[in-house]
Amino acid sequence: MKYESQRVAMPYFIFALILFAGQIVFGLVLGLQYVVGDFLFPEIPFNVARMVHTNLLIVWLLFGFMGATYYMVPEEAQTELYSPLLAWILFWVFAVAGTLTILGYLFVDYATLADITMNKLLPTMGREFLEQPTITKIGIALVVVGFLFNIMMTALKGRKTVVNIVLITGLIGLAVLWLFSFYNPGNLATDKYFWWFVVHLWVEGVWELIMGAILAYVLIKITGVDREVIEKWLYVIIAMALITGIIGTGHHFFWIGPPEYWLWLGSIFSALEPLPFFMMVLFAFTMINRRKRNHPNKAATLWAMGTAVMAFLGAGVWGFLHTLAPVNYYTHGTQLTAAHGHMAFYGAYVMIVLTIISYAVPIMRGRPYGNSNTAQVVEMWGFWLMTISMVFITLFLTGAGILQIWLQRIPESGEALSFMATQDNISLFYWARMIAGCFFMAGLVVYFCSFFIKGQASFDEEVRGAAIQDV
Amino acid sequence: MAERFTKSMARNIYLGGSTFFILLFLVLTFDTQVRAMPERDNRDQLTEQVVRGKHVWENNNCVGCHSIMGEGAYFAPELANVFDRRGGGNSEVFKAYMNAWMNAMPTNVPGRRQMPQFNLTDQEIEDLSSFLEWTSKIDDNGWPPNIEG
Repeated sequence: MKYESQRVAMPYFIFALILFAGQIVFGLVLGLQYVVGDFLFPEIPFNVARMVHTNLLIVWLLFGFMGATYYMVPEEAQTELYSPLLAWILFWVFAVAGTLTILGYLFVDYATLADITMNKLLPTMGREFLEQPTITKIGIALVVVGFLFNIMMTALKGRKTVVNIVLITGLIGLAVLWLFSFYNPGNLATDKYFWWFVVHLWVEGVWELIMGAILAYVLIKITGVDREVIEKWLYVIIAMALITGIIGTGHHFFWIGPPEYWLWLGSIFSALEPLPFFMMVLFAFTMINRRKRNHPNKAATLWAMGTAVMAFLGAGVWGFLHTLAPVNYYTHGTQLTAAHGHMAFYGAYVMIVLTIISYAVPIMRGRPYGNSNTAQVVEMWGFWLMTISMVFITLFLTGAGILQIWLQRIPESGEALSFMATQDNISLFYWARMIAGCFFMAGLVVYFCSFFIKGQASFDEEVRGAAIQDV
Repeated sequence: MAERFTKSMARNIYLGGSTFFILLFLVLTFDTQVRAMPERDNRDQLTEQVVRGKHVWENNNCVGCHSIMGEGAYFAPELANVFDRRGGGNSEVFKAYMNAWMNAMPTNVPGRRQMPQFNLTDQEIEDLSSFLEWTSKIDDNGWPPNIEG
């Protein structure tokens, strides 16, 4: 760590990990409710648990992105952060607002929550992933604006690297697209169309810029490969992401009202969406093969390779599986969608945040070469347990989805099983997913344990170049 | 990558490609929203009651368990075509069904998935029914494949 103000990333990372744990707890509740329907009813109905599960994910990833940005931007710009105080204030505002919102979900009936937060004045609630009260949405917008101001003031006064430019472009895109969350027309078809401007253009658009920039930064640090080479790759990856992903939004427009030409546009462009993720795999592995140093932080290297591979599998392969319109006609809104969502979010966004945490947190804790070997081994156990569990969660949900399609979607009306009858028939897969979920939780506990192991890695003979040399 | 492929070429592909596709997306959005959708979303029948029904739908977070046009949660049945499935395409039948259904929840059958009791007024149930009926008539390219959703 070269600049003292980078340390403000620490509370963001810690809080992100706490929320991550909460997300997984509620994931287990949901998994159990899938097979024991009345579990925790009526105290925590499924819709509440799901809202907590997905909103915690979104919020902790935002905390992770912000932490990553506060850590990376000063070092890239070679200057102190414009205002560490502002970063601390925004941390507490966001943490308190986020916590209150989650507690509101849990302890206040949703209709009452809509009422007391005066949703009537500007109705934005009750839409998937955008369940936050309007006042929380405004709060998120203000926090992000303050955050961008702080970051841009920092970046503009220092060295302008491609990593910083791409990262900040992604963050500005995130902020601008968030504004569509305030647009909620009375026409459901219009509502849905612009809802995707937040959801799709975040995760298959601007978030890929953020992911690419973080991955590029970590690869520069751990491999020592020339910045020019890495920046060229980064440009190609984000070019692919936007060229395929923007029109690729069309794969969501097949069955919600828009005209038929989206069937073609959405199918063709989203079929190309795996390309940027495939490039990321090539990128990570090529850079690590051509490394100029053996960085002693092996765990961070593992996360960097892992995120590329899992993002390709989850977002790329599992996305492609059901993205062509004739296939999607049968798969749309089944457990196959859930399978894809789980592995894509874990592979691309959870793992990229854990990558930068794995790299940056030891440095902020005064361990410039990384954690001790024991701590890294434990962390890698966490990596494998969580990652393999997620592979199994995805496979079981895929099995459930295929059976669901077979029983409920493919037969003619009259012969097809009803939704609920189908659910009963595929409960074995839900039980299996539940078990995989418990292993994921165990992996998370192991991962957390790695933070409490003392000691640090040292500059040893394996190091070909100086591991903390500035580049 | 070959040395002849320089960083500035990569940057130009990024800038040119993304600008082009953002503009194309805006043009397509304009065409979809201004030209195509009025023909497809039966907005001439989008009454105040339908809009009130949409707010009942939202204020009770229905999408937290159900899907509507395939989007939402996958814990409970698809509802964009529930007007056809449960109402047989008849407004009066559907409203009667909705009234009975909403008031019968939860079933409290042990081990079964439970739908909460939302304590909706008769007016709210009627609004919600109108919203679901209107939704069922959006031209969605023939989805879902069958009545079960």
